Amino acid sequence: MKKANVAINKDLCKKCTICVHFCPRKVFRIDQDGYPIISHPEKCTGCRLCFLHCPDFALEVEEELDD
Amino acid sequence: MPLADYKQYVAMDRLPSIWCPGCGNGTALKALALALAELEIPPDKTLLANGIGCSGRVGDYVRCHRFHGTHGRTLAFVTGIKLVRPEIKAVCFLGDGDCAAIGMSHFVHSARRNVDIATIVVNNFNYGMTGGQFSPLSPHNAITSTSSSGKPEPDIDICKLADVAGANYVSRTTIYHVTEMKNYIKEALGKKGFSFVEIISPCPTYYARYNKLGNIIQQLEWLKDKFIPIEKYNQMEDAEKENFFWRGRLTDRNLPDLLSAYTLGSRG
Ligand SMILES: Cc1ncc(C[n+]2csc(CCOP(=O)(O)OP(=O)(O)O)c2C)c(N)n1
Ligand code: SF4
Repeated sequence: MKKANVAINKDLCKKCTICVHFCPRKVFRIDQDGYPIISHPEKCTGCRLCFLHCPDFALEVEEELDD
Repeated sequence: MPLADYKQYVAMDRLPSIWCPGCGNGTALKALALALAELEIPPDKTLLANGIGCSGRVGDYVRCHRFHGTHGRTLAFVTGIKLVRPEIKAVCFLGDGDCAAIGMSHFVHSARRNVDIATIVVNNFNYGMTGGQFSPLSPHNAITSTSSSGKPEPDIDICKLADVAGANYVSRTTIYHVTEMKNYIKEALGKKGFSFVEIISPCPTYYARYNKLGNIIQQLEWLKDKFIPIEKYNQMEDAEKENFFWRGRLTDRNLPDLLSAYTLGSRG
């Protein structure tokens, strides 16, 4: 069940890969160019650890509203 | 829980920043913006003042009052600003060289006078902007561009110095401890008088490379492993302490700040 939406702004990303390594749910992987991509969006629980660790304001995590 | 509106403090249109990939300055800025947002301190009542250095570029990326001081002197300028505009929430964002080398006497006297300023020092253990020279806060034996066989001088615990000098609030955390960092900044912002948060930060380009701390992930893991809660640290034998650093709250008190001391005079 999907609980949150995580989005990467590639224009701000410097490929430090901190998000990839510190996401407890392994939502990200690294693409051919070294950028993080979201490979498992459904696993995101909205903990925002990636957002808090990102030094470059390149990540947003939005919780999905229950309907 | 929805996020407090941190972006109102951040000049998103000026990003990406000049900081190197993985550099902790951006992470510290985000923690500060979140802390300001959670406390609902309006941007037009906030002053972000910085010195010179990589950390000193922070003012370029904020949306609030900003002041770019000369190297080491920011606290002196902001003391003046606070005396004429006491209602402003003043935050000084400094580097370890800025605060503890050229700016050391301003730092000690700002703490002693208990000026109502929240000071954040992003301590990356070296002078990032000028090429990785050691600062008074670089650990003893650290490899830097001015100590290729290890820094021969001892370092100084800037938090303990702030405490004995008279600061009302002192704490230390690291860039790894993101939630603790935001909470300590919130505590500092909420405190009247001189408050001080030291944030140990990775400099992947110089300090980490010279000291073979590995990639940015390994550097953050190093911060996680080496910086232990002060309560645990204090129980260690002296020999064991050599391998660790403490983090946590050192000081929390409510002595009158500079302006109150003047207003109350000897009646205080
Ligand atoms: C009066 C003066 N002296 C020296 C310098 C050169 N200088 C620029 S930045 C800097 C040190 C920066 O180190 P730090 O404060 O630790 O900040 P960082 O770059 O690591 O964030 C120095 C010595 C200067 N700009 N002004
Ligand atoms: S030189 Fe070091 S402190 Fe300066 S931006 Fe690069 S990583 Fe950050």
